[in-house]
Amino acid sequence: MADLSVNIKDLLFKNPVLTASGTCGFGQEIADFVDLSKLGGVVMKGTTLKPREGNDYPRMAETPSGMLNAVGLQNKGVDNFIQNIYPTIKDVDSNFIVNVNGSTIEDYIALAEKINELDKIPAIELNISCPNVKEGGMAFGVSCASAQAVVKAVRAVYSKPMIVKLSPNVTNIAEIAKAVEDEGADSVSLVNTFLGMAVNAETRRPVLSTITGGLSGPAIKPIALRMVWQVAQAVKVPVVGMGGIMNATDAIEFLLAGATAVEVGTAIFIDPTIPLQIVDGINDYLERHNFSSVREIIGSLQM
Amino acid sequence: MKKTVQELLLVENKQLNHDNFRLVLQAENELPPIVPGQFVNVEIKKATEIFLRRPFSILDVDAEKKQFSLLVKILGRGSKVLTTYQAGDKISVIYPLGNGFTMPESTDKVLLIGGGSGVAPMLYISKLCGLPPEQVHVLLGARSKQDHVDVSAYQSLGKFHFTTEDGSLGEKGFVTNHSIYKNELSGFDKIYTCGPNPMMKAVAKDAAAAGIFCEVSLENTMACGFGVCLCCVEKTTSGHKCVCTDGPVFNIKDLTWQI
Repeated sequence: MADLSVNIKDLLFKNPVLTASGTCGFGQEIADFVDLSKLGGVVMKGTTLKPREGNDYPRMAETPSGMLNAVGLQNKGVDNFIQNIYPTIKDVDSNFIVNVNGSTIEDYIALAEKINELDKIPAIELNISCPNVKEGGMAFGVSCASAQAVVKAVRAVYSKPMIVKLSPNVTNIAEIAKAVEDEGADSVSLVNTFLGMAVNAETRRPVLSTITGGLSGPAIKPIALRMVWQVAQAVKVPVVGMGGIMNATDAIEFLLAGATAVEVGTAIFIDPTIPLQIVDGINDYLERHNFSSVREIIGSLQM
Repeated sequence: MKKTVQELLLVENKQLNHDNFRLVLQAENELPPIVPGQFVNVEIKKATEIFLRRPFSILDVDAEKKQFSLLVKILGRGSKVLTTYQAGDKISVIYPLGNGFTMPESTDKVLLIGGGSGVAPMLYISKLCGLPPEQVHVLLGARSKQDHVDVSAYQSLGKFHFTTEDGSLGEKGFVTNHSIYKNELSGFDKIYTCGPNPMMKAVAKDAAAAGIFCEVSLENTMACGFGVCLCCVEKTTSGHKCVCTDGPVFNIKDLTWQI
């Protein structure tokens, strides 16, 4: 067995495979299929200060090699999380990471302060890239100045590792990554979904209630991989890569391009056992290539 | 009830009419309990251009043989390719998903209304409800005689009624035009329905007006089927609920349908 462990700052992950926010609930929803303690981590459903109903149905459109979603951060709010969900996960041996969202900087601060109090939450993923909400979300992640403002404000109240989730809907994602690194981000995760659209030609209507939504799945993998590679060149902090990862080979490609860890998302919808298959597949790859640690392949792309 | 991802063996694919097929799947181990209204999410690998699984409701279960069957009606590319699978093929299935219908009391007289692929759970209820046949009425609607599936294997379980839009089988019109529906609705204690939304809404409206218990099974499009994508939501009196995990069966009093 190869050493699969990686770390972000002082936070140890037993392997580099995490489940992506919005694709695994709070972990318990996939516990029938997956021993959560065998995952590197679980990035839980996007959480906001107040409950959100999310967008109207229809929220999903299947597309070639992928799908659009427009869920709009439906969640029961952070207080419900603390009262009802946190007690059920705090004894599971994995890294449960809260995906933190806000419409305003004040929201992000209030939420981060509450999460900072939770001993068994070792990190947050600061989401400045949700494309499906009218206020906040991606708006913070598409300019260096606004991204920096959020990260700076949250950094002041949150002491544990902070992973900042970046939007790919920008001209230069590496610049944004550098900007948030400068404000104290401990890691960046990318990519969130690409803004897309689906039309029903027969009804001459948009498929999604919100008209546009976020594209995920293998359709975006080459772009995500390119962005992870660019960002890994530009920053010193660890990069968490995601975007269309369906199997171990996909995950290894992201690691080679410079990701310290990966998140598996849309693949879970098709088969929730895929994340653990990826853990095994990475181990097989390392053994086959005579690497003793996964850390040896991170960013080891041969030019 | 634990949900699993399993590769099941297709042991039979029987064409029932021009666009309906019955697929019988065989598990290796004992089946979990599966109740009427529950569904499976099927990976259709042979349709390489299809990305997501497709949900199908369960038609019948044979626990002894470790088999269950699906009624597959061709609606789009996924269901069409699924009907080309042959006995001996393996199919990846996530199951059992969702919640079933509330089973009737022993004294209840029930009306089961099915249309399209919604016929499947109605037939499964007729088999599992445990009521004497005179207390079970099954009302099935389709466009024409050729669109109805043969339900003769079920006919000892209840009184069957048919409608067709062209009058080629049973009474002419929609299910809501049938004489038993128009004249005897108030005599039923519980109404269960699955099928196209306009049909279910029409039934729900009349059931609500008559004050009759009514459950509907919804078919909102979904990605996962087990409550993580949050795409299949239906508006209810207590906010958005996932059709896959909170449904697919809902009591009409919990829905916000404008009926």
